[in-house]
Amino acid sequence: MNINAQIAKTYIVTNKKLTGVAVAGVVLGMSIYIFMNSMLLGFDKASSKSIFKTTPHIRVYKDDEISRPLVSSNGKKMLLINPKIVPAKNTIINPGLVISSIQKMKDVEIVTSQVNANIFYNSGKSQITGLCSGINPEEADRMYAISSTIVEGSLGALKGNPNGILIGSGVSDKMSLRVNDYVNITSSKGVNKAFKIVGIFKTNNSVIDKTKSYVNVLAAQQLLKEGNVYVTDINVNIKNPDDAEKIATQISASTGYKAEGWKQANETLMAAQRMRKIIITFVSTTILLVAGFGIYNILNMTITQKINDIAILKAMGFKGNDVIRIFVTQAVSVGIMGVIGGMMMATLIITLLQHVYVGGDIGYFPITYELTKYIQGIVVGMVITFFAGYIPAKKAANIDPVEIFRR
Amino acid sequence: MKILESKSISKYFTDPVEFQVLKDISFDIEKGEFTTLVGKSGSGKSTLLYVLSTMDTDYKGKLVIDGQETGNMTKDELAGLRNEKIGFVFQFHYLLSDFTCLQNVMLPALKLGKLSNKEIEERAYQKLAMLGLSDQALKLSSKLSGGQQQRLAIARALINDPLIIMGDEPTGNLDSNNTRIVFDIFQELSKNYGQTIIAVTHDDDFASKSDRIIELKDGEVIRS
Repeated sequence: MNINAQIAKTYIVTNKKLTGVAVAGVVLGMSIYIFMNSMLLGFDKASSKSIFKTTPHIRVYKDDEISRPLVSSNGKKMLLINPKIVPAKNTIINPGLVISSIQKMKDVEIVTSQVNANIFYNSGKSQITGLCSGINPEEADRMYAISSTIVEGSLGALKGNPNGILIGSGVSDKMSLRVNDYVNITSSKGVNKAFKIVGIFKTNNSVIDKTKSYVNVLAAQQLLKEGNVYVTDINVNIKNPDDAEKIATQISASTGYKAEGWKQANETLMAAQRMRKIIITFVSTTILLVAGFGIYNILNMTITQKINDIAILKAMGFKGNDVIRIFVTQAVSVGIMGVIGGMMMATLIITLLQHVYVGGDIGYFPITYELTKYIQGIVVGMVITFFAGYIPAKKAANIDPVEIFRR
Repeated sequence: MKILESKSISKYFTDPVEFQVLKDISFDIEKGEFTTLVGKSGSGKSTLLYVLSTMDTDYKGKLVIDGQETGNMTKDELAGLRNEKIGFVFQFHYLLSDFTCLQNVMLPALKLGKLSNKEIEERAYQKLAMLGLSDQALKLSSKLSGGQQQRLAIARALINDPLIIMGDEPTGNLDSNNTRIVFDIFQELSKNYGQTIIAVTHDDDFASKSDRIIELKDGEVIRS
């Protein structure tokens, strides 16, 4: 250990109180910074997760078209007054080809077709309105993790059973339906069909639980009086949900159908998320800055206290840079201790919160150990402590020892 | 051999009004001389010592130490020069209170870095023994009495075998007994080891026993 480091070490050890206060300041700032940011990311992940339970990353569908002139004569502009929506079916033509072409794209993980139908559940005299999704059970399970929400029966029973249906727990409660009971469904096209309940799911999102049901694509097509090429939606999941918008535009361009990313589809949620992000970033940065300012003050105080020592050291032949090194070493040591303490504290807080039950479709408090936030915290903490030591040390290094001796 | 040459050194204080503290001071100091700077307070003797020590660089004139012209050296070069060639003993002993006596003595040598830690420690013990402080080596320097602290400061000044020892009222804060002890040490260093010493003092007794007295009055040398 060189002489400057030795002196710094002596100062740290002999002024335990000051060192302790400085370290505590860094610990506090660091832990709150890491914890707040982990919480933010946890919230984001939880809310995306709950969105992805029912929403695909990208939804491809045929958008309504506005009628426009078919001919364009040279030079003259044709204009339709009062244009209307073209009364065409919202079906995707040749869905097999569209699906296979999307599947070939980069980063695409799951592509599945879906047919949605508005329906009534009838059982005896009671009637509930709802939405029935015709799915391919295997693909849909990979996309929405339906099997993880099933409380009774199984998703597997839906496979190869054109008369099977999965209903939400809300529907089953209201109509006292159990697995193996029959439910009569009436579609908007007037088709009446009895389904056998093969499973009940519970997402903890009450709107979904009270309305939604899953059947095979074929059954849904029958409910809509359509043939087996009738597909309204193609759902796509990709590797990184954050790329949804980019890939959606690519899909739009290559297939000609409207492709919508999940962020676009959930604009309100996204706005809330952005707002939360801004608030937490402000709060955590402020805390870090306040802690940094505290450290600066404490180190500044140490240097003021040690101004005589600095003069003696300089008289004995220590250079300005030696003085800076001594106090920066001291600051950085405080920083390292504080950063380690802060990480432990943050881990402790996060661990405690992970065991807090908040209920709803969230369950336990959604917070995880975010490595990137730990690294960010370390970097920011070290930079602040470095400058908190460097700035006052630089000032002290420029003082003439005679000025101090003359006092 | 001339070890320190002061060539028409002048210095001004500008605060609160311009005032010339040192007026064209010239003298040489030979190797092995025990010189005292005397004068009434305000005569500029301490200011002169700080200029000679290279810690105060704000002056006019030339200062040559060991054949080296100091005027155009940077602050860091001056710090190196002080480390190697000058030892200091101040009025208020100025030790580092967080360190033990041994560490205080070792510091300048550790900074110089010419010897290994072990050799430095050995030398430090030698110096402490020479000044009768061997048994205090591992105590914190702040736990010593005033006289002991001053002796410790001398031990520290000696650790790098400096060319010159400079003392700013080295006995100013001591009782007569300790003053005598410190003076005896200085005299012994000068006589037995040929050490060059420059000390500021207002103790006439102390000064009268030195080899040479330089007296200042109102910033001018009136006796040298």
